[in-house]
Amino acid sequence: MHPILSRRGRLLPYLAACAPLAAIVTALFARPGGLFLGEAVALAVPLTLAFAFIGLSTWYPCRQYRLGRSKLAAGIATFAVGALLASSVWVLLGAGLASVLGELKPFAGLPGRFAAQVPSLFAVGVLLYLLSAALHYVLLSFEEAREAERREAEATILAREAELAALKAQIRPHFLFNSLNSISALASSDPPQAQQMCVRLGDFLRKSLSLGDRTSISVGEELELSRSYLAVEALRFGSRLEVEEDLDERGNRCLLPPLLLQPLVENAVRHGIATRVEGGTLRLGIACGGGRLRILIENPFDPESPARPGSGRGIENVRKRLFARYGEEGLFAAKRLADRYLVVISVPAEMPA
Amino acid sequence: MTKGADEVGVLIVDDEEPARLILREHLGKVPGVRIVGESANGFEALRSAAELSPQIVFLDIEMPKLDGFEVLELLDPSIAVVFVTAYDAYAVKAFEVHAVDYVLKPFEAARIAVAVERARERLARGAVVPAGELHAAARPEGTYLSRVVVRDGSRVHIVPVEKLDTVKAQDDYLELKSEGRSYLKQQTLASLAAGLDPKRFVRVHRSHLVRLDLLARLEPFGKGSHVAVLADGSRVPVSREGHARLKELLG
Repeated sequence: MHPILSRRGRLLPYLAACAPLAAIVTALFARPGGLFLGEAVALAVPLTLAFAFIGLSTWYPCRQYRLGRSKLAAGIATFAVGALLASSVWVLLGAGLASVLGELKPFAGLPGRFAAQVPSLFAVGVLLYLLSAALHYVLLSFEEAREAERREAEATILAREAELAALKAQIRPHFLFNSLNSISALASSDPPQAQQMCVRLGDFLRKSLSLGDRTSISVGEELELSRSYLAVEALRFGSRLEVEEDLDERGNRCLLPPLLLQPLVENAVRHGIATRVEGGTLRLGIACGGGRLRILIENPFDPESPARPGSGRGIENVRKRLFARYGEEGLFAAKRLADRYLVVISVPAEMPA
Repeated sequence: MTKGADEVGVLIVDDEEPARLILREHLGKVPGVRIVGESANGFEALRSAAELSPQIVFLDIEMPKLDGFEVLELLDPSIAVVFVTAYDAYAVKAFEVHAVDYVLKPFEAARIAVAVERARERLARGAVVPAGELHAAARPEGTYLSRVVVRDGSRVHIVPVEKLDTVKAQDDYLELKSEGRSYLKQQTLASLAAGLDPKRFVRVHRSHLVRLDLLARLEPFGKGSHVAVLADGSRVPVSREGHARLKELLG
């Protein structure tokens, strides 16, 4: 079905756009030595309306013969035949209309005067047919571009879903096995503590599995996850791991993509605190103001300890996800100072509806 | 348990207290094992090993200061090492290839006893672990060492590879030059070269390795061979194979 006929809202604007065409055809008829003005209008308006529908027929050959994809000669031949046919039909319609109108008194003698217009009307018909074809090609390429855009957007969404799934599947094995080892150590020396650790670990795994399904979660929810993670790590690292939080209530309610902060917190422990003999303090600052949510994660590290594999990938992932979500509006900076590592994030503050 | 002739001294090295605790518990049940001490980082491990003379070391991989592989390179090679890891696919592959024993976290008491038994056998055989090769093999394809550790008496020097200029093999030792200083390390040139990025470090001669960006020019030297002149004016012999390698790298 033709795109203009298939949607009701498109037909009226299309016919309205043909009005200037009716004026042009009228002028053609009424030029000196032609028809009287009244006759010209009476013929031009219905004929233009008729051509509006005849012209739509070019859509089918346009779709058949795509520019740059089909044989040029075949296309030209088709459009030439189409133009001659359409124009002939148009002229015949005009002649029929002229003879019908000629029966009426005010239009007496019209068929004779119309006959003189036939060559120019035929030429205009051919031109209009070709113009219509050109417009249909424009329309088709627009439709195609829109379709490509839609597909691209869909692909992006799919890619992001896949990425999220991969992220979820990537349970940090190091963390898991070390935690299990700590639990096994505590099982004989401190059974209540071992139980406590099982609960915390279960808590963390449950939360990280449930949060990934959502597109947005509150900072507060994300921090709950990080706290359960840090609670497990606290048992492993003992007094080496300290955490300082500086949060404001508005910041807590702001929305973020899930599991965005958690990898950064894990990095801060694995590549920061854990590299120091004496441990250190992980600082977490969240503030909301001026329409922006600002997040700071800071940790010390030992520049003399060997680098552990895998920190760059996590940071890159967070950077990409921020860009996918906020574009240029999402700022991300990771800075390695002499013995401290700083991550700063600033994104537009989104509040739950 | 009385101190018998076949009793072995064991040192536990892990930066996590719970991990040391459970190792101590499991090792305590193995007959003939005397735990001589515990260390929580790489430096401490070397110091304790020197002071307490253990025959077996249970050695964690990820630790502050020095990782397990670096400790192994600096440790007395007559000590039997059992690596300890939670999860490290590359390290485990390297252990398998080089027949180095390792135990996985969480620990199993029976497995710890087996590890002690195997370590005793290695001690009896006088088997030596190829520390440098192991270190080079225990990393993902396409990644290289970022630093080289060297021991000087009780001191440990850390030489970042971007500051490592040249390495010269002398008998069983390597002479490493960095920022105008020399360091000696007991290792083969092949095993060190295996851990370095071959695009940055070139073995220009059987016993010479240079950092490529130091190379100023090549001069002919005798028939068929060359000499490399470095940025500081020092000269390093280039063998026929070394010349071919250089030509390939420099195009």
